[in-house]
Amino acid sequence: MRAAALLLAALALALLAPAAGAAEPASLTEIEKQVMCPVCGTLLQLAESPQAQRERVFINRLIDEGKSEEEIKDALVAEYGDEVLALPPDSGFSLSAYVVPIVALLVAAAALAIGVLRWRRAGGSDGDDGAARPAVPSERDSERLDADLARYDL
Amino acid sequence: MSFRSVIAVLGVLAVVGLLVFGLATKGSSGLEIGDPVPTAALPQLEGDGSRSLTDYRGRWVLVNFWASWCEPCRAEAPALEKFQRQHGGPGFAVLGIDTRDLSGDGQEFVREFGLSYPQLRDGDGGAAHDYGTSGVPETFLVDPKGKLRLHVPGPVDEQTLESSVEPLLPGGKS
Repeated sequence: MRAAALLLAALALALLAPAAGAAEPASLTEIEKQVMCPVCGTLLQLAESPQAQRERVFINRLIDEGKSEEEIKDALVAEYGDEVLALPPDSGFSLSAYVVPIVALLVAAAALAIGVLRWRRAGGSDGDDGAARPAVPSERDSERLDADLARYDL
Repeated sequence: MSFRSVIAVLGVLAVVGLLVFGLATKGSSGLEIGDPVPTAALPQLEGDGSRSLTDYRGRWVLVNFWASWCEPCRAEAPALEKFQRQHGGPGFAVLGIDTRDLSGDGQEFVREFGLSYPQLRDGDGGAAHDYGTSGVPETFLVDPKGKLRLHVPGPVDEQTLESSVEPLLPGGKS
Protein backbone atom coordinates (compact mmCIF):
# COMPACT_ATOMS: atom_id res chain seq x y z
CA MET A 1 0.00 0.00 0.00
CA ARG A 2 2.79 2.37 0.99
CA ALA A 3 4.68 1.50 -2.19
CA ALA A 4 1.64 2.28 -4.30
CA ALA A 5 1.23 5.65 -2.58
CA LEU A 6 4.90 6.47 -3.19
CA LEU A 7 4.57 5.49 -6.84
CA LEU A 8 1.51 7.70 -7.24
CA ALA A 9 3.33 10.62 -5.60
CA ALA A 10 6.33 10.15 -7.91
CA LEU A 11 4.05 10.05 -10.94
CA ALA A 12 2.27 13.22 -9.82
CA LEU A 13 5.61 14.99 -9.36
CA ALA A 14 6.78 13.86 -12.79
CA LEU A 15 3.59 15.21 -14.38
CA LEU A 16 3.72 18.52 -12.51
CA ALA A 17 7.41 19.21 -13.11
CA PRO A 18 7.08 20.45 -16.73
CA ALA A 19 4.13 22.63 -15.78
CA ALA A 20 6.16 24.17 -12.97
CA GLY A 21 8.99 24.83 -15.46
CA ALA A 22 6.61 26.54 -17.89
CA ALA A 23 5.43 28.88 -15.14
CA GLU A 24 8.95 30.20 -14.55
CA PRO A 25 9.04 33.99 -14.74
CA ALA A 26 10.40 35.47 -17.95
CA SER A 27 13.92 36.83 -17.79
CA LEU A 28 15.50 39.67 -19.77
CA THR A 29 18.69 37.64 -20.23
CA GLU A 30 16.80 34.79 -21.87
CA ILE A 31 14.62 37.02 -24.07
CA GLU A 32 17.64 39.06 -25.19
CA LYS A 33 19.05 35.90 -26.76
CA GLN A 34 15.89 35.33 -28.78
CA VAL A 35 15.09 38.76 -30.16
CA MET A 36 16.84 41.28 -32.37
CA CYS A 37 17.59 44.95 -32.08
CA PRO A 38 15.80 45.91 -35.35
CA VAL A 39 17.90 49.02 -35.93
CA CYS A 40 21.28 47.40 -35.24
CA GLY A 41 20.48 44.11 -37.04
CA THR A 42 22.08 42.11 -34.20
CA LEU A 43 20.80 40.10 -31.28
CA LEU A 44 19.49 42.40 -28.56
CA GLN A 45 21.98 40.68 -26.26
CA LEU A 46 24.82 42.25 -28.25
CA ALA A 47 23.25 45.64 -28.96
CA GLU A 48 23.99 48.86 -27.11
CA SER A 49 22.16 51.42 -29.27
CA PRO A 50 19.56 53.81 -27.82
CA GLN A 51 16.85 51.78 -29.57
CA ALA A 52 18.13 48.61 -27.89
CA GLN A 53 18.00 50.32 -24.49
CA ARG A 54 14.37 51.30 -25.12
CA GLU A 55 13.60 47.72 -26.13
CA ARG A 56 15.11 46.42 -22.87
CA VAL A 57 13.05 48.91 -20.85
CA PHE A 58 9.93 47.70 -22.68
CA ILE A 59 10.77 44.04 -21.96
CA ASN A 60 11.50 44.76 -18.29
CA ARG A 61 8.19 46.56 -17.95
CA LEU A 62 6.32 43.54 -19.34
CA ILE A 63 8.30 41.22 -17.04
CA ASP A 64 7.26 43.37 -14.08
CA GLU A 65 3.65 43.05 -15.26
CA GLY A 66 4.05 39.27 -14.99
CA LYS A 67 3.94 38.52 -18.73
CA SER A 68 5.36 35.22 -19.94
CA GLU A 69 8.25 34.92 -22.40
CA GLU A 70 5.85 34.11 -25.26
CA GLU A 71 3.58 37.03 -24.42
CA ILE A 72 6.56 39.39 -24.38
CA LYS A 73 7.80 38.11 -27.73
CA ASP A 74 4.29 38.54 -29.15
CA ALA A 75 4.25 42.12 -27.85
CA LEU A 76 7.61 42.78 -29.52
CA VAL A 77 6.31 41.35 -32.81
CA ALA A 78 3.26 43.64 -32.53
CA GLU A 79 5.64 46.61 -32.16
CA TYR A 80 8.43 45.75 -34.60
CA GLY A 81 7.05 42.99 -36.83
CA ASP A 82 8.30 39.41 -37.30
CA GLU A 83 11.87 40.54 -37.98
CA VAL A 84 12.36 41.24 -34.29
CA LEU A 85 12.49 37.48 -33.70
CA ALA A 86 15.97 35.99 -33.98
CA LEU A 87 14.40 32.77 -35.25
CA PRO A 88 11.60 33.17 -37.79
CA PRO A 89 8.15 31.89 -36.72
CA ASP A 90 7.39 28.29 -37.73
CA SER A 91 4.27 29.18 -39.70
CA GLY A 92 3.31 30.76 -43.01
CA PHE A 93 6.07 31.68 -45.44
CA SER A 94 8.65 31.78 -42.61
CA LEU A 95 8.22 28.01 -42.25
CA SER A 96 10.31 27.73 -45.41
CA ALA A 97 13.35 28.82 -43.36
CA TYR A 98 13.12 25.47 -41.57
CA VAL A 99 11.78 23.28 -44.39
CA VAL A 100 14.02 24.38 -47.27
CA PRO A 101 17.37 23.34 -45.69
CA ILE A 102 15.96 19.91 -44.77
CA VAL A 103 14.49 19.39 -48.25
CA ALA A 104 17.75 20.59 -49.83
CA LEU A 105 19.73 18.14 -47.70
CA LEU A 106 17.41 15.26 -48.64
CA VAL A 107 17.56 16.16 -52.35
CA ALA A 108 21.37 16.39 -52.20
CA ALA A 109 21.60 13.01 -50.42
CA ALA A 110 19.23 11.41 -52.94
CA ALA A 111 21.18 12.91 -55.87
CA LEU A 112 24.43 11.60 -54.39
CA ALA A 113 22.96 8.13 -53.87
CA ILE A 114 21.55 8.02 -57.43
CA GLY A 115 24.88 9.26 -58.81
CA VAL A 116 26.84 6.56 -56.97
CA LEU A 117 24.42 3.85 -58.12
CA ARG A 118 24.63 4.99 -61.75
CA TRP A 119 28.41 5.20 -61.57
CA ARG A 120 28.62 1.66 -60.22
CA ARG A 121 26.21 0.35 -62.89
CA ALA A 122 28.10 2.17 -65.64
CA GLY A 123 31.33 0.38 -64.81
CA GLY A 124 32.71 1.99 -61.73
CA SER A 125 33.53 -1.63 -60.73
CA ASP A 126 34.21 -4.82 -62.60
CA GLY A 127 31.14 -6.67 -61.51
CA ASP A 128 30.35 -8.86 -58.58
CA ASP A 129 33.80 -8.88 -56.98
CA GLY A 130 33.81 -5.06 -56.75
CA ALA A 131 37.41 -4.84 -57.99
CA ALA A 132 38.37 -1.90 -60.17
CA ARG A 133 38.43 -2.67 -63.89
CA PRO A 134 41.95 -2.25 -65.36
CA ALA A 135 42.19 0.34 -68.11
CA VAL A 136 42.78 -1.28 -71.52
CA PRO A 137 44.47 1.02 -74.06
CA SER A 138 43.09 1.14 -77.57
CA GLU A 139 45.05 -0.29 -80.48
CA ARG A 140 46.11 3.17 -81.57
CA ASP A 141 47.26 4.08 -78.05
CA SER A 142 49.24 0.83 -77.83
CA GLU A 143 51.00 1.65 -81.09
CA ARG A 144 51.89 5.13 -79.84
CA LEU A 145 53.12 3.72 -76.55
CA ASP A 146 55.32 1.18 -78.30
CA ALA A 147 56.74 3.88 -80.57
CA ASP A 148 57.50 6.13 -77.62
CA LEU A 149 59.14 3.34 -75.66
CA ALA A 150 61.22 2.39 -78.68
CA ARG A 151 62.42 5.95 -78.95
CA TYR A 152 63.76 5.87 -75.40
CA ASP A 153 65.00 2.30 -75.56
CA LEU A 154 68.54 2.28 -74.10
CA MET B 1 19.16 17.85 -73.63
CA SER B 2 19.80 14.99 -71.25
CA PHE B 3 18.09 14.59 -67.89
CA ARG B 4 21.34 15.42 -66.11
CA SER B 5 21.74 18.67 -68.07
CA VAL B 6 18.18 19.70 -67.23
CA ILE B 7 18.85 19.07 -63.52
CA ALA B 8 22.11 21.04 -63.67
CA VAL B 9 20.44 23.99 -65.43
CA LEU B 10 17.58 23.96 -62.91
CA GLY B 11 20.11 23.92 -60.07
CA VAL B 12 22.00 26.90 -61.48
CA LEU B 13 18.73 28.77 -62.11
CA ALA B 14 17.63 28.10 -58.52
CA VAL B 15 20.89 29.48 -57.10
CA VAL B 16 20.79 32.57 -59.35
CA GLY B 17 17.11 33.09 -58.50
CA LEU B 18 17.84 32.96 -54.77
CA LEU B 19 20.68 35.48 -55.16
CA VAL B 20 18.49 37.87 -57.16
CA PHE B 21 15.66 37.49 -54.64
CA GLY B 22 18.05 38.19 -51.77
CA LEU B 23 19.43 41.30 -53.43
CA ALA B 24 15.99 42.55 -54.43
CA THR B 25 14.50 42.14 -50.97
CA LYS B 26 17.45 43.30 -48.89
CA GLY B 27 18.79 46.05 -51.08
CA SER B 28 17.64 49.57 -50.47
CA SER B 29 16.99 51.14 -53.84
CA GLY B 30 16.69 54.78 -52.76
CA LEU B 31 14.41 57.27 -54.46
CA GLU B 32 15.59 59.73 -57.08
CA ILE B 33 14.12 63.19 -57.54
CA GLY B 34 11.06 62.83 -59.77
CA ASP B 35 10.35 59.24 -58.74
CA PRO B 36 6.86 58.41 -57.51
CA VAL B 37 6.99 57.86 -53.76
CA PRO B 38 5.70 54.68 -52.10
CA THR B 39 2.03 54.87 -51.16
CA ALA B 40 1.51 51.86 -48.89
CA ALA B 41 -0.99 52.56 -46.12
CA LEU B 42 0.37 52.79 -42.57
CA PRO B 43 -1.49 52.71 -39.25
CA GLN B 44 -1.89 55.99 -37.41
CA LEU B 45 0.39 56.38 -34.42
CA GLU B 46 -2.56 57.19 -32.20
CA GLY B 47 -6.06 55.87 -32.66
CA ASP B 48 -7.38 53.40 -35.18
CA GLY B 49 -7.28 53.50 -38.92
CA SER B 50 -4.54 53.95 -41.44
CA ARG B 51 -3.45 56.53 -43.97
CA SER B 52 -1.54 56.54 -47.19
CA LEU B 53 0.22 59.24 -49.14
CA THR B 54 -2.52 58.92 -51.76
CA ASP B 55 -4.81 60.58 -49.19
CA TYR B 56 -2.67 63.70 -49.67
CA ARG B 57 -2.74 63.71 -53.48
CA GLY B 58 -3.16 67.30 -54.68
CA ARG B 59 -1.15 68.70 -51.74
CA TRP B 60 2.53 69.16 -51.08
CA VAL B 61 3.62 66.85 -48.28
CA LEU B 62 6.78 66.98 -46.20
CA VAL B 63 7.30 63.37 -45.09
CA ASN B 64 9.54 63.14 -42.04
CA PHE B 65 10.88 59.79 -40.79
CA TRP B 66 11.74 59.90 -37.10
CA ALA B 67 12.01 57.81 -33.94
CA SER B 68 11.76 58.73 -30.29
CA TRP B 69 15.16 57.20 -29.47
CA CYS B 70 16.89 59.37 -32.08
CA GLU B 71 18.51 62.50 -30.62
CA PRO B 72 18.67 64.48 -33.92
CA CYS B 73 14.93 63.81 -34.30
CA ARG B 74 14.35 65.54 -30.99
CA ALA B 75 16.43 68.48 -32.20
CA GLU B 76 14.45 68.95 -35.43
CA ALA B 77 10.92 68.36 -34.09
CA PRO B 78 10.28 71.98 -32.99
CA ALA B 79 11.34 73.33 -36.40
CA LEU B 80 8.98 70.94 -38.21
CA GLU B 81 6.10 71.88 -35.92
CA LYS B 82 6.77 75.59 -36.51
CA PHE B 83 6.90 75.02 -40.28
CA GLN B 84 3.59 73.13 -40.15
CA ARG B 85 1.96 75.97 -38.20
CA GLN B 86 3.25 78.55 -40.70
CA HIS B 87 2.49 76.68 -43.92
CA GLY B 88 0.04 73.87 -43.13
CA GLY B 89 -3.28 74.09 -44.93
CA PRO B 90 -5.15 72.83 -47.98
CA GLY B 91 -2.03 72.99 -50.14
CA PHE B 92 0.62 71.67 -47.77
CA ALA B 93 1.08 69.33 -44.79
CA VAL B 94 3.86 67.84 -42.74
CA LEU B 95 3.45 64.10 -42.22
CA GLY B 96 5.49 62.30 -39.57
CA ILE B 97 6.34 58.61 -39.82
CA ASP B 98 7.57 57.04 -36.57
CA THR B 99 9.81 54.19 -37.66
CA ARG B 100 11.31 51.19 -35.80
CA ASP B 101 10.05 52.59 -32.54
CA LEU B 102 7.81 51.52 -29.70
CA SER B 103 4.36 53.02 -30.20
CA GLY B 104 4.16 54.19 -26.57
CA ASP B 105 7.51 55.98 -26.83
CA GLY B 106 6.42 57.53 -30.12
CA GLN B 107 3.17 58.83 -28.65
CA GLU B 108 5.07 60.31 -25.72
CA PHE B 109 7.44 62.06 -28.15
CA VAL B 110 4.49 63.61 -30.00
CA ARG B 111 3.00 64.91 -26.74
CA GLU B 112 6.37 66.15 -25.44
CA PHE B 113 6.94 68.32 -28.52
CA GLY B 114 3.26 69.19 -29.03
CA LEU B 115 3.33 67.97 -32.63
CA SER B 116 0.06 68.87 -34.33
CA TYR B 117 0.67 67.28 -37.73
CA PRO B 118 -0.49 63.72 -38.52
CA GLN B 119 1.72 60.84 -37.44
CA LEU B 120 1.87 57.35 -38.91
CA ARG B 121 3.54 54.27 -37.52
CA ASP B 122 6.14 52.15 -39.34
CA GLY B 123 7.10 49.66 -36.63
CA ASP B 124 8.94 47.16 -38.84
CA GLY B 125 10.68 49.86 -40.88
CA GLY B 126 9.06 48.70 -44.15
CA ALA B 127 8.14 52.21 -45.28
CA ALA B 128 11.57 53.58 -44.34
CA HIS B 129 13.10 50.80 -46.44
CA ASP B 130 10.78 51.55 -49.38
CA TYR B 131 11.88 55.19 -49.27
CA GLY B 132 15.50 54.05 -49.23
CA THR B 133 16.36 55.74 -45.95
CA SER B 134 19.67 54.95 -44.34
CA GLY B 135 18.67 56.11 -40.86
CA VAL B 136 16.64 58.68 -39.03
CA PRO B 137 15.79 61.45 -39.36
CA GLU B 138 15.22 61.81 -43.10
CA THR B 139 12.80 64.15 -44.80
CA PHE B 140 11.18 63.98 -48.25
CA LEU B 141 9.17 66.68 -50.00
CA VAL B 142 6.47 65.15 -52.20
CA ASP B 143 4.64 67.20 -54.82
CA PRO B 144 0.85 67.13 -55.42
CA LYS B 145 1.27 64.40 -58.06
CA GLY B 146 3.04 62.13 -55.58
CA LYS B 147 6.54 62.63 -56.99
CA LEU B 148 9.65 63.26 -54.93
CA ARG B 149 10.91 66.85 -55.19
CA LEU B 150 13.46 67.06 -52.36
CA HIS B 151 15.29 64.68 -50.05
CA VAL B 152 17.07 65.80 -46.90
CA PRO B 153 19.03 63.05 -45.15
CA GLY B 154 19.72 63.99 -41.56
CA PRO B 155 18.00 66.57 -39.41
CA VAL B 156 16.33 69.68 -40.81
CA ASP B 157 16.34 73.03 -39.09
CA GLU B 158 14.42 76.26 -39.64
CA GLN B 159 17.05 77.54 -42.05
CA THR B 160 16.95 74.39 -44.20
CA LEU B 161 13.16 74.45 -44.30
CA GLU B 162 13.09 78.12 -45.28
CA SER B 163 15.83 77.89 -47.89
CA SER B 164 15.10 74.48 -49.43
CA VAL B 165 11.45 73.62 -48.87
CA GLU B 166 9.61 76.94 -48.75
CA PRO B 167 10.69 78.12 -52.25
CA LEU B 168 9.20 74.98 -53.80
CA LEU B 169 5.79 75.46 -52.19
CA PRO B 170 3.03 77.40 -53.97
CA GLY B 171 3.43 81.05 -53.08
CA GLY B 172 6.77 80.31 -51.45
CA LYS B 173 9.66 82.76 -51.45
CA SER B 174 12.13 81.99 -54.22
